[in-house]
Amino acid sequence: MPDVQTLVNDFVLKLKRRKIEGSQASAKQTAELLRSVVSQQRLPYINQATVLLDAVRAVGEQLIAANPVELAVGNIVRRILHIIREEDLTSTASAMEGLSLSANSDDDDNYEREDHQALSAAAVAAAARSTLRAPSLQTLLEGIPESASAPHPSSSGGDSEGKSKSAERSSRSKKLKHDVIEAINELIQDIETCHEQISEQAVGLIHQNEVILTLGRSRTVKEFLCAANEKKRSFRVFIAEGAPRYLGHVLAKELVAKGLQTTVITDSAVFAMISRVNMVIVGAHAIMANGGVIAPVGINMVALAAQRHAVPFVVVAGSHKLCPLYPHNPEVLLNDFKSPSDLLDFGEFSDCMDFSTSGGSPRLHVVNPAFDFIPSKLVSLFITDTGGHSPSYIYRLIADYYSADDFVVRRRSTS
Amino acid sequence: MAQKKNHRTSSDDPEELTRTVLQAVLLADSFAQKFRPITLERPKVLLPLVNAPMIEYTLAWLESVGVEEVFVFCCAHSQQVKSYLENSQWTKQPGAFSVTTIESHDAISAGDALRVIYTHGIIRGDFILISGDTVSNMSLAKALSEHKDRRKKDPLAIMTMVIKHSKPSALTHQTRLGNDEIIMAIDPGTKELLYYEDKVDLSQHLISLDKMLLADKSALSLHNDKQDCYIDICSPEVLSLFTDNFDYQHLRRHFVKGLLIDDIMGYKIFTHEIQSSYAARVDNFRSYDTISKDILQRWTYPFVPDVQYLGNGLQIKLDREGIYKAPEVVQSRSAHIDSFTVLGNATTVGDNAVIYNSVIGQGCTIGHNVTIEGSYIWDNVKIEDGCKLSHALVCDGVHLRAGVVLEPGVILSFKVEVGQQIVVPAYSKVSLLPQPSKQDSDEELEYADANTGIIESPSIATMMNAQKVDFPRGTSDADRSGTSEFYVSGAGYIWSSCEGGNEDEWRHSIAPIPADKLSESLLNAFADVDAPDQDTSCIPASGELLPDSASTVGDGEDYRDSADFEKEVEATFQRALAGVDLENVILEINSLRLSYHMSHADCAGALFHSIMKAALVPSYSSKNDLYANAVKEIIKWRDLLKHYLKTLDEEIEVILKFEEISVETAREFSPLVSNILSCLYDKEILSEEAILSWAQEKEGADESDKIFTKQSEQFIKWLREASEEEDEDKD
Repeated sequence: MPDVQTLVNDFVLKLKRRKIEGSQASAKQTAELLRSVVSQQRLPYINQATVLLDAVRAVGEQLIAANPVELAVGNIVRRILHIIREEDLTSTASAMEGLSLSANSDDDDNYEREDHQALSAAAVAAAARSTLRAPSLQTLLEGIPESASAPHPSSSGGDSEGKSKSAERSSRSKKLKHDVIEAINELIQDIETCHEQISEQAVGLIHQNEVILTLGRSRTVKEFLCAANEKKRSFRVFIAEGAPRYLGHVLAKELVAKGLQTTVITDSAVFAMISRVNMVIVGAHAIMANGGVIAPVGINMVALAAQRHAVPFVVVAGSHKLCPLYPHNPEVLLNDFKSPSDLLDFGEFSDCMDFSTSGGSPRLHVVNPAFDFIPSKLVSLFITDTGGHSPSYIYRLIADYYSADDFVVRRRSTS
Repeated sequence: MAQKKNHRTSSDDPEELTRTVLQAVLLADSFAQKFRPITLERPKVLLPLVNAPMIEYTLAWLESVGVEEVFVFCCAHSQQVKSYLENSQWTKQPGAFSVTTIESHDAISAGDALRVIYTHGIIRGDFILISGDTVSNMSLAKALSEHKDRRKKDPLAIMTMVIKHSKPSALTHQTRLGNDEIIMAIDPGTKELLYYEDKVDLSQHLISLDKMLLADKSALSLHNDKQDCYIDICSPEVLSLFTDNFDYQHLRRHFVKGLLIDDIMGYKIFTHEIQSSYAARVDNFRSYDTISKDILQRWTYPFVPDVQYLGNGLQIKLDREGIYKAPEVVQSRSAHIDSFTVLGNATTVGDNAVIYNSVIGQGCTIGHNVTIEGSYIWDNVKIEDGCKLSHALVCDGVHLRAGVVLEPGVILSFKVEVGQQIVVPAYSKVSLLPQPSKQDSDEELEYADANTGIIESPSIATMMNAQKVDFPRGTSDADRSGTSEFYVSGAGYIWSSCEGGNEDEWRHSIAPIPADKLSESLLNAFADVDAPDQDTSCIPASGELLPDSASTVGDGEDYRDSADFEKEVEATFQRALAGVDLENVILEINSLRLSYHMSHADCAGALFHSIMKAALVPSYSSKNDLYANAVKEIIKWRDLLKHYLKTLDEEIEVILKFEEISVETAREFSPLVSNILSCLYDKEILSEEAILSWAQEKEGADESDKIFTKQSEQFIKWLREASEEEDEDKD
């Protein structure tokens, strides 16, 4: 087993050099790295969770700083911090038999909510034993809606669960770590399978003989469309080519290979074509806490066109793209500016950039942003691996996945 | 070494045969003096380019294209380079990227460096030759595979040069990077480089190409809009070539041109043109400026300040309009930071300061009401209130007191101090170190030992004692009068402009070319166009092909030369008789050929002459004996002769030569001409075409000239018939 620090350094370098392409890969590798951080962290008898949180936070801060544009890395770090908190609370809750938890909780301001959640979690764990994942509000709503609204679910179920666990009190030190790793494994699995889970919903959304428009290439969109196609839905796809990287061309090729009826249009023809479109489906780079979307450049234009013609605008994205930050947060680096060589041929324009004769200041500026921001009001529906959500519900999803304490990942000062 | 072995066996054991470790040779020395006086104190590769040392860009690129072993050759300030690398991320980093330094102090050129590397014997396969001041983001995979494919087909293709389309300015005949424009002739089909000239005489508006180029190639494209990126993919032979030709110094001027002229060894250089990616080398102050701006405009993505490729670990944020800010910048509310500006970490900007198109390093203090335009300010510089800087380069630790004005093109080296209200005149270079004396400045040497060659004039000593005294206002006039070794109230010597002289200073400076110079060249350009049309091509974009590029030396001189040449060849041949290796003979004759400006045909003729002479040496009693001797010699030296008989022209030359010697020097052969000709034909030294065209040529000649054609009439007739038959067969 290689040293964790070298693994971390390696990954930080990769992130810094932008060698990891795509949110899914970044998310998965971040989770795997943090899993080994957790598994190799030595734990003392007391304050286990705090030690674990600090370790993850220390690594997480480096990872986020290494590539602030890739928000998925930060999301996964925050998810794992949340997992540790939840597992800790679950185990303490059961161990303390539903009594006060203040001893181990290190987040006082959010104490009430955490407490409440963890307790109800214990209750659900009793009800649905098979599930290892830390229960969220979602499962609560689906499982036992009554207990979710109840302020103090100190039911007999939770009690008995606590008793059975207190028997294994001696093995608790290993238990927490084990649980956390189990939960991270599940998270990794979720990330891996997010495309399938999203695609499962495709048949319900795409109807016979519809015309779907997308821009650029997103793997999620591709899988989504292919899944609908496999279920014998016959529909047509318009693909805006997505200048300047023209990934739309790649997508067209892939879809045609799968037997889909495909039409490629220029980005500038989107408005002209939108009236014939039944639904717009695009991928995203990140979904922000207010329901706004960061997506490849050009999509805002598509969203505005869709709104003008009242065409549903659907964003498909795995839940690792859910970012708990608001777009106005100073930590968020919204955009990445790529090389102008995507737009212009350097040789052809080299005489425009001869600074020696143009008075020393560049007269030609080329701006090549990677992303657009799409305000939440333009989005009709989000499809994530947990189902379809409206933009106004995103804040609630985020409260499920992340703990408010972790929004800013900073190492606690040692003082 | 043992460690290295481990590395290899662990990493690529199963595919050892198919894959070799990609190596690179990085020259951490430019072997030029263009960055003086700064390079007296710090090696060029460590000079910051947009707040990261240049070598960082090169290493980062090498790492990103999958190079696994880099040999950094350091010469000047090698200690600084070594200690920098030891503390950098590159040597600490885990994984398959290793950086090894090679040190040599007596290398004064790139050629020397490569010879040193050859003696180390560390290069095992194709390698990348790059200078430590190159910025690029090109992907190497395609160029490398092209190179390897070519090598498989043709082992003589030993080098691939990376070039890039870039239009030179029509007015100044300079590229954007401040180099003179390069004329290249490239075979459009194979991309072989046929001609390379970086010192074009613009006054004449013509270049001359060897006509052989046009004879051999069906097509040839001539470019003046290609930029040489100074990234070469080389085969190991390149190193041995440098070792063989100990006079090769400069990579382009000597090596590339040498290979192109020398068609005996037949080594070929190919080009690879990059399309969308960027590559350029910081060669002079102009290119420093241009490349800095290209970086800020993100042409070098991902090697841009806000992507943390370059290992300073700071999170730099890119604002609108290309303003890059490090985290701990303290900026006054009234300060105006305009487009394409970098502010380094922990830099303070005072009230009402205006900064645009500039790069400011770390820990600088910029006072109130300062204007900075198009300047490069390195780390820990103090600029007091009211200074005005335009297009200046200011090194680490410089202190500008209140009211200083730096005119365009000023270079202030490390720790220079400038007193209050002083105007530093345009293009002046100021350093704490005095300028080395002229006689020492070997053109190829980047640095001189600090102890040698400095004029220790007493006046300077007294001046130095007076330093740090703030002169009152109004000393600027006195300062202006100083030409060299003057110091501006504060500390430092003004260097007189070296080498190029003052009028060329504007070409390579950081500052944009002043308007008057531009209009001057504009006028010149127009004057050229107006010039009479007989001067066929005035349009600078196209070169003129001279129909005959044979040496312009007068005929008389030519004669003398060829006689000498023959003698030399003969002497060489005598040594060959004494048992010198055949290859060495070829090498020697080739070098003779080059030094006498002879063609291949001349070599063949001279060689044949020598062979025939050799045939006369053994005693002979009759014609038949002589014939036998000659045949023996011919067979013996057949290979050597064949080496020079590549085309018809050369074969005809041999026949003519034979004729000549039979008439003039060795009459013994005259009765044997026909026999020896048929012998040469039998041994496949001469082709029938050559003999026939010789006969044809002679048909119209004087009777006296026809002796030999008549003599060999029968033979020629036979040949004709044979060829006709062949033709009929073909039909």
